[in-house]
Amino acid sequence: MDLFHNLAIGFATAAQPANLLYAFFGCLLGTLIGVLPGLGPLATIAMLLPITYALQPDAALIMLAGIYYGAQYGGSTTAIVVNLPGESSSVVTTIDGYQMAKQGRAGVALATAAIGSFFAGCVATLALAALAGPLTATALLFGPKEFFALMILGLILASVLSSGPFIEGIGMVVLGMLLSLVGTDLNSGSQRFAFGIPQLFDGLDFVPLAMGIFGFAEIVKNLEQDDKLSLVTQKITNLFPTRDDFRRMVPAMLRGTALGTLLGVLPGGGAVLSSFASYTLEKKLSRHPEQFGKGAIEGVAGPESANNAGAQTSFIPLLTLGVPSNVVMALMVGAMNIHNIHPGPEVMTKNPTLFWGLIASMWVGNLMLLILNLPLVGLWVKLLTIPYRYLFPAIMVFCSIGVYSINSGTFEVYEAAVFCVFGYILIKLQLPAAPLLLGLVLGPAIEENFRRAMVLSRGDATVLLTSPLSASLLAAAAIAVLLIMLPTIRARREEALQE
Amino acid sequence: MKGLAIRNQRAFASGALFLAFAIFFFLVALEYPAGTAAKMGPGYFPRMLAIVLAAIGLVVMLGAIKPGASREALRQWDLKGLAWITGSVVLFGALLFPLGLVGALFVLIMVSSKASPEFTWTGALTNAAVLIVLCLAVFVYGLGLPLPVWPSLFN
Repeated sequence: MDLFHNLAIGFATAAQPANLLYAFFGCLLGTLIGVLPGLGPLATIAMLLPITYALQPDAALIMLAGIYYGAQYGGSTTAIVVNLPGESSSVVTTIDGYQMAKQGRAGVALATAAIGSFFAGCVATLALAALAGPLTATALLFGPKEFFALMILGLILASVLSSGPFIEGIGMVVLGMLLSLVGTDLNSGSQRFAFGIPQLFDGLDFVPLAMGIFGFAEIVKNLEQDDKLSLVTQKITNLFPTRDDFRRMVPAMLRGTALGTLLGVLPGGGAVLSSFASYTLEKKLSRHPEQFGKGAIEGVAGPESANNAGAQTSFIPLLTLGVPSNVVMALMVGAMNIHNIHPGPEVMTKNPTLFWGLIASMWVGNLMLLILNLPLVGLWVKLLTIPYRYLFPAIMVFCSIGVYSINSGTFEVYEAAVFCVFGYILIKLQLPAAPLLLGLVLGPAIEENFRRAMVLSRGDATVLLTSPLSASLLAAAAIAVLLIMLPTIRARREEALQE
Repeated sequence: MKGLAIRNQRAFASGALFLAFAIFFFLVALEYPAGTAAKMGPGYFPRMLAIVLAAIGLVVMLGAIKPGASREALRQWDLKGLAWITGSVVLFGALLFPLGLVGALFVLIMVSSKASPEFTWTGALTNAAVLIVLCLAVFVYGLGLPLPVWPSLFN
């Protein structure tokens, strides 16, 4: 009955008035910014990070988590109403959601997305609470070689799941790891790749890099394609799905939730993968696959449930193993480090109220989002009428202040400017930035564990393959690489990852 | 002669980018002691990674010139937009201390607004006024972030 005991601790923390307020702020801000096209959860969290500096660690994390899934909810609204995915996990929602909106059923589509997300959020919260204990226990059995193998698996999977050719994704991972070497070498204390610049002795900061690439460079890209938004002008009425709608959406929600809960836990998984997989599954199972792409409610219910479940369970590897499974989780590591919390198996034992409070607040946040989104959806849609020429300077301002506030120094501002140029080059070369960021975040831990494993084995690299646990993790990574090389799977992947 | 033409310019440039980074990191890493596999020095891991990245770069470049590669040209660059946006960020950093937050934000908003094809002076000025008030209210008075608000001359 540990589960209930732990959840009780969590709800006691999450239900404190101050924490409720921060959860609400997080959800509100997340939705607000998630609705705006071109700003995903990553840019949203990065932008709003300075707001959390002044808070207590538990309040800060609760608010950040709220921003994260708030942005997911907001992204669906944009996907359905204007056919623009607010973030990558709502790409599939545009397919049927926008068709429903064109048929005058935008309200129903929005309600389906909100109800599906809420249901998935509840299930995922329970899964998170149930799995955290056993996984943390497993993590404590891990030695350096197992952690090394686990992180390699995560990076391989992240490259498999990023867009573009697999080899280029791996290249970006390795480049990210090289960039992570900048700074002080922990073992010898010597400076590497710092070129005598004192601000680089602590390494390249993750936040300016992410803001340069996902904030500033993204704006340059958006300004190039000056397509006008195709706003659905009709009023959104009739939020309630009919009985027939319910009959069709409930099974899709159940399947989407199950799929998302599982895929979110995978390293490299998370919301994006979950929503794509759910859409494919629904289309396969449907007796009317021809309706997909023309406003099938299953095509909204399944992926929306899946992406929310996946978003939430992707916290599991981070909180239990200390390994971020996707870029947003990588940014959470950055946010936690600012508050001097180092994610990993120790968090649960050292800081139970924070750990369980965060999990409980996810359920609370989902409930708030349901209330925020259904009755207020008209208000959110109005936001979409703000022209981009007013919007992007605001993003510039928030990002710049955010970057400055990391260390109260302008060095980070220049760093972000450099990464704006670099990010623009990546966009032009169609190289995926997500694997780069994961490589950057995981790089130091990979080197550390690799070096430790080699010290323990006296330089014998074969230990990685003779210890059963690390061998099976590496085997899984190798299988993923081999599978992606198979021509049929390759074609499938290209199809699935196409935007 | 067609065999050696760069069919996929995009992939070729990507591979070249990887290779250039690999060479840079490798050359710099040569200055750090490598140590042995059992007792790695600070130079061991960087060299290893740089070699892996160089290999990936070469594979990507070769893939771009092989006869079966798909034809892909490099995309058009919008250097003007990039310059306005990047420039505004650099100016914000440079002006924050001499001009204070109000001045630096004003420059940031005006310069970045120029990147939009729909730029108008009245629009940008209104936007600047609204955003500066909002930022002062939220970041300076609301959150109490340590930001210099006014030009350093007044302090």
